[in-house]
Amino acid sequence: MAAPEIDIKYVAHLARLHLTPDEEKKLGAQLGGILNYIEKLKELDVEGVEPTAHAVPMVNVTRADEIRPSLSHDDALRNAPKQASGLFIVPKIVE
Amino acid sequence: MLNQLTISGLAAKLAGREVSARETMQSCLDRIQRVDGKIHAFISHDDRDALAQADAADKLLSQGGSGASRPLLGVPVAVKDVIAVKNQPLNCGSNITGKFISPYDATVVEKLKAAGAIVFGRLNMDEFAMGSSTENSAFRITRNPWDVERIPGGSSGGSAAAVAADECLAALGSDTGGSIRQPAALCGCVGLKPTYGRVSRYGLVAFASSLDQIGTFTKDVRDAATLLGVIAGHDSRDSTSVPQPLPDYSAALTGTSPDGPPIKGLKLGLPKEYLIGGLNAEVKAAVDAAVKQFENLGAEIVEISLPHTDYAIATYYIVATAEASANLARFDGIRYGARVDGHDPIELYSRTRGAGFGAEVKRRIILGTYVLSSGYYDAYYLRAQKVRTLIRNDFLKAFETVDAIVTPTSPTAAFKIGEKSDDPLQMYLSDIFTISCNLAGICGISVPCGFTESPKLPIGLQLLGKPFGEETLLKLAQAYEMNTAWHKEKPAL
Repeated sequence: MAAPEIDIKYVAHLARLHLTPDEEKKLGAQLGGILNYIEKLKELDVEGVEPTAHAVPMVNVTRADEIRPSLSHDDALRNAPKQASGLFIVPKIVE
Repeated sequence: MLNQLTISGLAAKLAGREVSARETMQSCLDRIQRVDGKIHAFISHDDRDALAQADAADKLLSQGGSGASRPLLGVPVAVKDVIAVKNQPLNCGSNITGKFISPYDATVVEKLKAAGAIVFGRLNMDEFAMGSSTENSAFRITRNPWDVERIPGGSSGGSAAAVAADECLAALGSDTGGSIRQPAALCGCVGLKPTYGRVSRYGLVAFASSLDQIGTFTKDVRDAATLLGVIAGHDSRDSTSVPQPLPDYSAALTGTSPDGPPIKGLKLGLPKEYLIGGLNAEVKAAVDAAVKQFENLGAEIVEISLPHTDYAIATYYIVATAEASANLARFDGIRYGARVDGHDPIELYSRTRGAGFGAEVKRRIILGTYVLSSGYYDAYYLRAQKVRTLIRNDFLKAFETVDAIVTPTSPTAAFKIGEKSDDPLQMYLSDIFTISCNLAGICGISVPCGFTESPKLPIGLQLLGKPFGEETLLKLAQAYEMNTAWHKEKPAL
């Protein structure tokens, strides 16, 4: 069974990941091989099998809705590549 | 040489005031100075901070501060560069993290510090823990202490190499598909991956959240038990950590005869599916001999079947990459890390990520995004999650009749640098024996079980245990270790 062609440009756009034309070409070939390998999962009958999201199933893990110590404003901004006036600086979003 | 000691060996000397924590720390730093230029296990180490911690430990020791509440007082433990240590860099072996400095301690680091450990150094790794050779680090290629032309394994290659080269007494790593056990095997130390949920992941940078688990690298099994006892336990800051009672792992090993803990009557499963074509003959012979040894020690060997073994790698590379593509979305150049500017936010994200991530991470983000994308989710991701159930059921069924499962850790000894780096699928296939453990969420340990002849390279034996069955694994591993001398051999550096 052949794996479907992967549209690298489109997937890279979804992932917000800029790729050079060389990277697109190389990744396309490598992922084709990997996807072909992955196709083997289709040999298995999984009708009626429940999916496993976590190996140790735990549901509705909650905590009390209380204020607890957390990162200070300064600590949260400390690693920002660009900041001013206590804010993260980003390119203009609305014209 | 103090840097060569085990945790238990050092603890006795510190308690008897024969040596100081400062001397021990200095001895590790001297060793790093001498050999790390050859093996490149560390990305960085803050000597002043390490020695200050050692002095603080000495002060406590002089006040009689060691003992049960501080089992690691004065013990230098190094940390993989994916675990947060307050005020130290956290790069995950990547350029995209820029000059990130951790604003807080991971829970495991808090626990190490509370136990008195000297937490130091940033150990090299495959970028975001993606890889089996530590060749994917943005910083440097770590080399195997037994042969510097070879890889140390990965992704925790720095942790394994540092412990094997006696640059520290023990180290922490993380294991998503074998990233502790495989490098431990290839470098000749003890690597323990606890059951999923046993150890808090708070402060561990996420790769694949349903598979990641923090674990230990040590020079013997007793130290693995000591370190696990310190870092394990429920943590309300990690909602996937499991509120199970914490056994006294060290107590499970103490008070035993020179032959080690009694393992008579324990049943060890030998999966017939693990006799694959790519299994190296010397590795097979070493594992066969270890199985024989277990039999001599009184364990019962039972052939078992894990029928979905052949599907584990395909399942893993769907589940792990899907989760990675979501987890790594946070590296967008806005709140932390490196940034490449753009005219609008999308361009900024895309350029930042294009410039900041390395080839293997890009490959996995693309694959993960693809298997989650509209139209493919059911065919890939959902199907893989269902196969994951089948794989987990294989193990649970096997554990109805056996106490642990024994396999090689890796199908070969350490391969040469560059040998597989251009063929990602070949690299992925080298994880065949370790990957199922993470999918099933069970625990596993790798212990040294021999060497290849020429060149002399370590071989690892893997024991897989029931969920939360670390005590049994540690007993089995220690019984084997106390009847063999493999773990005592040191690389010539």
